[in-house]
Amino acid sequence: MEYFLQQTINGITLGAVYGLIAIGYTMVYGIVGMINFAHGEIYMIGAFIAVIAFTLLGMMGVTWVPAAVLIVLVTAMLFTAAYGWAVERIAYRPLRGSFRLAPLISAIGMSIFLQNYVQLLQGARVKSIQPIVTGAIPLIETGHFQVAVTYIQILIVTLTIALMISFSLLITRTRFGRAQRACEQDQTMAALLGIDVDRTISMTFMIGAILAAVAGVMVTLYYGVVDFFIGFQAGIKAFAAAVLGGIGSLPGAMLGGFLIGLVEAYWSAYFSIEYKDIATFSILILVLIFRPSGLLGRPDVEKV
Amino acid sequence: MSRVTTSRGANHMAVAALKDAGLAGFVALMLAVPLVGFRTIEVGSGLGLQTRFDWVAYCVIAVIAGRLILNFWPPHWRIRRRAKAPHVSNAQHRTTMKLVALGGIGFAVALPFLPFADRYVIDLAITILIYVMLGWGLNIVVGLAGLLDLGYVAFYAVGAYSFALGSRYWGLNFWEALPMAGALAAMLGVLLGFPVLRLRGDYLAIVTLGFGEMIRLLIINLQSFTGGPNGVSGIPRPSFFGFPFAREAEAGGPMPFHELFGLDYSTQHRFIFLYFIILALALITNAFTQRIRRMPIGRAWEALREDEIACKALGINPTNTKLTAFTIGAMFGGFAGAFFATRQGFISPESFNFLESAFILAIVVLGGMGSQIGIVIATILLVALPEVGREFAEFRMLLFGAAMIAIMVWRPYGLLSRRSPTIQLGSGA
Repeated sequence: MEYFLQQTINGITLGAVYGLIAIGYTMVYGIVGMINFAHGEIYMIGAFIAVIAFTLLGMMGVTWVPAAVLIVLVTAMLFTAAYGWAVERIAYRPLRGSFRLAPLISAIGMSIFLQNYVQLLQGARVKSIQPIVTGAIPLIETGHFQVAVTYIQILIVTLTIALMISFSLLITRTRFGRAQRACEQDQTMAALLGIDVDRTISMTFMIGAILAAVAGVMVTLYYGVVDFFIGFQAGIKAFAAAVLGGIGSLPGAMLGGFLIGLVEAYWSAYFSIEYKDIATFSILILVLIFRPSGLLGRPDVEKV
Repeated sequence: MSRVTTSRGANHMAVAALKDAGLAGFVALMLAVPLVGFRTIEVGSGLGLQTRFDWVAYCVIAVIAGRLILNFWPPHWRIRRRAKAPHVSNAQHRTTMKLVALGGIGFAVALPFLPFADRYVIDLAITILIYVMLGWGLNIVVGLAGLLDLGYVAFYAVGAYSFALGSRYWGLNFWEALPMAGALAAMLGVLLGFPVLRLRGDYLAIVTLGFGEMIRLLIINLQSFTGGPNGVSGIPRPSFFGFPFAREAEAGGPMPFHELFGLDYSTQHRFIFLYFIILALALITNAFTQRIRRMPIGRAWEALREDEIACKALGINPTNTKLTAFTIGAMFGGFAGAFFATRQGFISPESFNFLESAFILAIVVLGGMGSQIGIVIATILLVALPEVGREFAEFRMLLFGAAMIAIMVWRPYGLLSRRSPTIQLGSGA
């Protein structure tokens, strides 16, 4: 029971990270109808910027942890947003109206490009940083086993929930959110009504990148190791989360993220850690076969 | 009067162009500062930073200059984007292509006997032909049937492992294992394809990607059977219909190849023989594709690629039709895999990762999905160029990624931009 509780806590933490990345997939899919295959790389770039920023702050002597984390978060969000914008502008915008698979192929190209770009610039070695947020709150103590929530886990989950709430408000209450939803429904009509469709799509990519950057910073804090290849695995899992929750649905992405995180944690704990990726892929495939619209998504209608 | 407005218009344009270049420069600065400007290095137990702000400056200047040149470039010099495949008359195109193809085959057959063909050249040619074959196999799936398969390497792996393990456990030789490799890969194609082929295009791509990774993970984790991450070594070389390529005959074994033909022993014979095997396999793949394109099933693939709903209305079963394409593509992947195993003598799961799938896909995309000759040209470009420019080897994958984007943006129908159905109404074909 204690073991189960501990795995649940770990799973929820992991799921929060997947959920943050999954929102980027879901939003982009909703508005331009394509899988942004390079989104995992954006997350990886966010994590690298976090490592660089933490190292820089350490060299400058900023030792007060909350300030350091806040500065790194803002820096990573800012610069990763630039990457999100550039990816859309270079690889996807020229392809609007091309044939169906063109953006996906271009996205794969972008993903390979970014992976190698980071590898060439930062080296292929794994980067590790010292633990920054340390400490834990013990919940239950039973002789030999202790269930604990670390501060970093609390930080990840609260930050994710806070971002989720503000993000939902952004989509439902603001002018930009209305424009975004209008573009999702019908881009031509939205353009006729005076919405700058290009700008709205760019903003969507930037918001997705910002959330991925937060996920990247959190993972850097949580595990302390980053390499140029982390985007691929995390990207597929987050995509699985987006599909599980119903692609196009924001609460779905979050729910899917938590579910995938929990499945991964339980699978590693109770079955075998080697097969945890196979378990996630199987969920993705089963969901797509039996319920392609996901848990919270609307079924899409085939049109001529 | 009119002069004034023109110059004012030109001024306006110049200001807009400068603004645009400035914006591009700003974005380049944002992109370059964190990742180009700083490099993390290991210092003792922790990390240190190196700064490279000169590089950042070069990047920004290059982007601004590029943007300015682009803006002031005379409009009629610009590369025109081809969103639609150009129309060339079918008959004329076919004759040119036939000539090119015949010339290419003639050259390929003569290659090992040309004076410059040393071991290195033949080895490179074998690598190129493996990728040509894989490209042609994947072309059936992606180019003809329009299914984006990101896990093609799974079938390549199954082919390679079925020969490697077949020889290890049951002592199969290459010729016995070759049909088995194709059959096993095709079976896996049916198994994987049947549930997932009803999915929409981009979902299918991700699911096949997942399958590819699953096969790789299974190979790694079933350590006692597949050798796990250490791979399988000691895979036998093919023999010339039972006559081995060795200096001396084994005791009681058949005589070696060079004695059979009364030649002097040369290690090159084996490479030339391998070269002809893969050439034959590749040409079979090509002949098969060319034939099947003219059969009802091949036409159904192309029709399905163009419009799935219309096909359904005409009574074509989309799932079964796609399944045949998927299976046949898988089968050729399996053949290529068996050849790869015998050529390398050693295989490990690392040869079958996602990048390999992406590489084969890049070949098909660059070649112009559906064009057989385009695939050959694309393979030669992608495989041979990095060999020539060894010092750029580390930029290889970077350039691939960039090339895939560039091709999609400027020539979405590939280097030989042409993707028209094999038959059209009124073309008399």
